Amino acid sequence: MTAVGAGELLATRDLGAYYGTRQAVADVTIAFRRKAVTALIGPSGCGKTTLLRCFNRIHEIGFDARVEGSVLLDGQDIYANDVDPMAIRRRIGMVFQRPNPFPTLSIFDNTVACAPKGLNHQGKMEAAERALRSAALWDEVKDKLRTSPLRLSGGQQQRLCIARAIAAQPEVLLMDEPTASLDPIATAVIEELMSSLCNEFTIVAVTHNMQQAARVSSVTAFMLADETGIGRLIEADATSKLFTKPSDRRTEDYISGRFG
Amino acid sequence: MTVGPQFRRVARFVSPADRGFAAVVYGGSILFALLIIGLFVELVLGSWPSIVAFGPSFIWKSSWDPITSNFGALPMIFGTVMTSLIAIVLAAFIGIMAAVFLADFAPRWLGQPLSFLIELLAAVPSVVYGLWGLFVLAPFMRTAIGPALQHVLGWMPLFSGPIYGGGLLTGGIILALMIVPTVTAISRDVLVAIPRDLREASMALGSTKWETAIRVVLPAARVGVFGACVLALGRALGETIAVTMVIGNRPEISASLFAPSYTLASVIANEFTEATTSIYISALIELGLILFLVSMAVNAVARFMIWSVRGSERV
Repeated sequence: MTAVGAGELLATRDLGAYYGTRQAVADVTIAFRRKAVTALIGPSGCGKTTLLRCFNRIHEIGFDARVEGSVLLDGQDIYANDVDPMAIRRRIGMVFQRPNPFPTLSIFDNTVACAPKGLNHQGKMEAAERALRSAALWDEVKDKLRTSPLRLSGGQQQRLCIARAIAAQPEVLLMDEPTASLDPIATAVIEELMSSLCNEFTIVAVTHNMQQAARVSSVTAFMLADETGIGRLIEADATSKLFTKPSDRRTEDYISGRFG
Repeated sequence: MTVGPQFRRVARFVSPADRGFAAVVYGGSILFALLIIGLFVELVLGSWPSIVAFGPSFIWKSSWDPITSNFGALPMIFGTVMTSLIAIVLAAFIGIMAAVFLADFAPRWLGQPLSFLIELLAAVPSVVYGLWGLFVLAPFMRTAIGPALQHVLGWMPLFSGPIYGGGLLTGGIILALMIVPTVTAISRDVLVAIPRDLREASMALGSTKWETAIRVVLPAARVGVFGACVLALGRALGETIAVTMVIGNRPEISASLFAPSYTLASVIANEFTEATTSIYISALIELGLILFLVSMAVNAVARFMIWSVRGSERV
């Protein structure tokens, strides 16, 4: 799984990420299975969120943050000089740890905030309904599309953020601990949603909840920080294999709860 | 509900220190209410002869004649409102844009010293602004800005007529300069406090930094930014000395922004020492009362607008 196949939609080669002079992630080479959920697991501070944020070039908007190595989307390096990061981010959507709908926009306007340009109202309406249905939120909000998203529950807000991301029609969906701030019931809804969305999108999800990784993902990648605090990819394998017969000793220690 | 004896409250404030502290904080906050009420009562008492003599027409009469003791406040109300309006329009635009730059675009080595300088600007005494306005801005207005504006926009009554240098527009610009640091500094703080993940949400959807700043961050901060503008407007309404030095001090209402005018605060500052008759003094105090009420009304309206925006976001 660590070999980079040309047929993969998203892959990295020798990826490293820095905050100023501090290296947070090093030497990550991985390819993500198309239309499947890949879970990134590992203890806190192992660099999994940083790694995820390199995939849509959002890491670099932080102060003094930079990336080395390459990330390939459809075989093309998204860190090449002439690449427009905005165009990349429209093809690779992201869902964050805490629900972050735009507070001043209505539910409807949130959903179509970054829908393809040039749609008339009818087109927008259809795009919004499609996205909200995909995010399993339509039935709950169809009568209050013009109201503020802040009145929704946390789980609903998170699904709105998912709808907003998929309305932009990306190919890849990055999820940074999407259920970290949600209660168990809302978490279950989101997990179910991830399983259904992977028919359409290539999903990479960071989680520090191993049960969640086991439930929703078909591939799991395990990361760990070395002695110097630099996050490295230890192994990536089919989820069922990684959780039962991991090939690395450190993975086994982690999933059996010996640390982290 | 009965409470077990070990939990029963003996007194509201148990120790003498508690009582002392309570007295201080209660006293401090009541003092403010008393001050406001006292000020209002004193203003009403002082202006009573004028209120009796001129009645409500004081507000819409435009004569201001100490010789015949015939007083009306309209030119000063007009001057105050117009200069403050010019000031807040200019200052809000420039200040908010500067705040957006400082919060989201300026590199750290530039942003921090710049923010510090702007806060320093707010501490410059207003008489210094007035001097600068009198010796630099007013002549420049007469020779450069005024003619240029008139050349382009002279067909509008707003920019017609002779250009003296001092006048409504000059007063408004001086005021704008004085309040722009307030708008910028507070707006910047509000913008910086907007959570980072909101910016990232927008960026992650493929928006540019500009789109993010203008369409996401600024709207999210609108209540605070509006509050900054109101605070600045409050300062503009009451600002006295700098405006007095450049506005021309003539109690007239003219359509032209180049014409000299007068503000409530300027009249009081200029004429109080010369007021000889008791009705004159009383009329000046009534101007103070009007200024007091206008300021209160502006703040009340602003408070109400902030409440309604916050309220609608919860609904």
